[in-house]
Amino acid sequence: MAGAAQRRSRLPEKVFRALCLVAVILPLLVLTVLLVDVVIDASGRLSWSFLTSYPSRHAARAGILPGLVGSLMLIGLTALLALPLGVGAALYLEEYGRQGRLSGLIEINISNLAGVPSVLYGLLGLGFFVRTLMLGRSVLAGACTLALLVLPIVIMASREALRTVPAGLREACYALGSTRWQAISRVVLPMAFPGILTGAILAVSRALGETAPLVVVGALTYVAFLPSGLDSPFTALPIQIFSWVSRPQKAFVENAAAGIVVLIVTMLLINAAAVLLRSRLQRRT
Amino acid sequence: MRLTTTESGAIRFGRRAGPRWEAAIEGALLLCGLVSVATTAGIILLLAVETLAFFREVSLPAFFGDTQWTPLFAEKHFGIWPLLSGTVLTSAIALLVAFPFGLGAAVYLSELASQRVRALLKPALEVLAGVPTIVYGYFALVFVTPVLQRVVPGLAGFNSLGPGIVMGIMIIPFVSSLSEDALFAVPPSLREGAYALGAAPLSTILRVVLPSASSGIAAAALLAVSRAVGETMIVSIAAGQQPRLTFDPRVPVETMTAYIVQISMGDVPTGTLEYRTLYVVGTALFVLTYVMNLASRRLRSRFQELT
Repeated sequence: MAGAAQRRSRLPEKVFRALCLVAVILPLLVLTVLLVDVVIDASGRLSWSFLTSYPSRHAARAGILPGLVGSLMLIGLTALLALPLGVGAALYLEEYGRQGRLSGLIEINISNLAGVPSVLYGLLGLGFFVRTLMLGRSVLAGACTLALLVLPIVIMASREALRTVPAGLREACYALGSTRWQAISRVVLPMAFPGILTGAILAVSRALGETAPLVVVGALTYVAFLPSGLDSPFTALPIQIFSWVSRPQKAFVENAAAGIVVLIVTMLLINAAAVLLRSRLQRRT
Repeated sequence: MRLTTTESGAIRFGRRAGPRWEAAIEGALLLCGLVSVATTAGIILLLAVETLAFFREVSLPAFFGDTQWTPLFAEKHFGIWPLLSGTVLTSAIALLVAFPFGLGAAVYLSELASQRVRALLKPALEVLAGVPTIVYGYFALVFVTPVLQRVVPGLAGFNSLGPGIVMGIMIIPFVSSLSEDALFAVPPSLREGAYALGAAPLSTILRVVLPSASSGIAAAALLAVSRAVGETMIVSIAAGQQPRLTFDPRVPVETMTAYIVQISMGDVPTGTLEYRTLYVVGTALFVLTYVMNLASRRLRSRFQELT
């Protein structure tokens, strides 16, 4: 009796198991196809001159240099802005304001902001940084917008890193007569640094791939110069890709594929740097 | 080691270690935290100001009662429905893809897979959410739509089916990781009780585990839809830019997000009605995603109370 019931339920169970496995494998397969397809499309255009040329009306001569330089400037500035703000906010929430009403308000805002569509940050950047603060459609306005966008990521990662520092170490500092800030700046922050760094890198690589907020803030799609300063008009890798993929000619679509390869390789390099840096820092502490 | 660092530091910065310095630092850190409050306030304020200015020129019935959205034409119409239907259509297709796959993946990872397989597949699945959306947009336009055109008769080069499916693939990790949390929160005693009653693993999952996790799974679905509604580049690239009140997945449409991008690509002067349409559409987008995020969080807190 029991054996028969078991046998009856075997087959459906196997089918169910297989279906669930497919639900994991198929998306991964699609991702692989996507990447392979992009690399194949890009293969004709990837060359050193693609990296070092300016955009052109002739697809075969066009390059991604202004986009690459613009993107690197943007993410550098974004990190400079978002890292101190994010770590500061995380320190306040974890080390100072724990149960206060203000920290409750801040926490609610952070979790709300994490769910706001990125294109709306673009509208904020356009209305506030570009128009109200009159930064214009500049690199700085773009970086400020991206910094606000990735701030929740930096804060959440930094908080988690701060939480891993044992409370005993802080108490030991106090016992030695240190003030709160001395304990934080000499002991807590150095220990939490590898974790904070990982969060920062994550944020930067997210910023690198963001397109919509930059379009709204007013990144240009055709730039034949390199940004000369913080107030300079700019383009970025994803913007350049967007402009190419929107054209009907096949040659430009191939440029877009090559641009995507450059974007993804840059992202991988940043992440690899993070992993290396992190393992080195952790060995030291 | 630590002792000497702290001690030498205390001596070196002895003068700056006073209570005033400490208070100044706490104040500065609080200001960092308040940036996020200011950001929320800034978004809401900007959207509200420009939206009010918009409705001084365009009446509410013209916004909610018209079925055409043509702010750039000579004969202007400001009916939000075409943009809303485009958004709903693409998001619905995305959910149809992401929900079964995400839930299946969550069940596999949390109930069926061994620890080792799980440790391998879970991060791999997360990569899907890390790929820049511009890449997905390219994929939808250049790869998925041409493939679909071979099987779907009458599928236009720009449509909501291709980008919808691709968007669904992108949000699978959101559905799976939140659903997994929900499954994880189901107390083991429920599973053990089912086994004790002689239930097979399959019926335990289908009749006991999934129903108890249903509010968490619903929260996952809501969050995924909210992501899809706010997704911008995939639909801007591959869905076309024609606001159209339709639920036919084969024809070009325009979503709210794609409209914002379309207008931003041109140089719209501040203070014009076109400029304000950006913010009106932005407000609609904000309200829609906010309500869904809030509902999702409510549902999640319900299952978290259970544990």
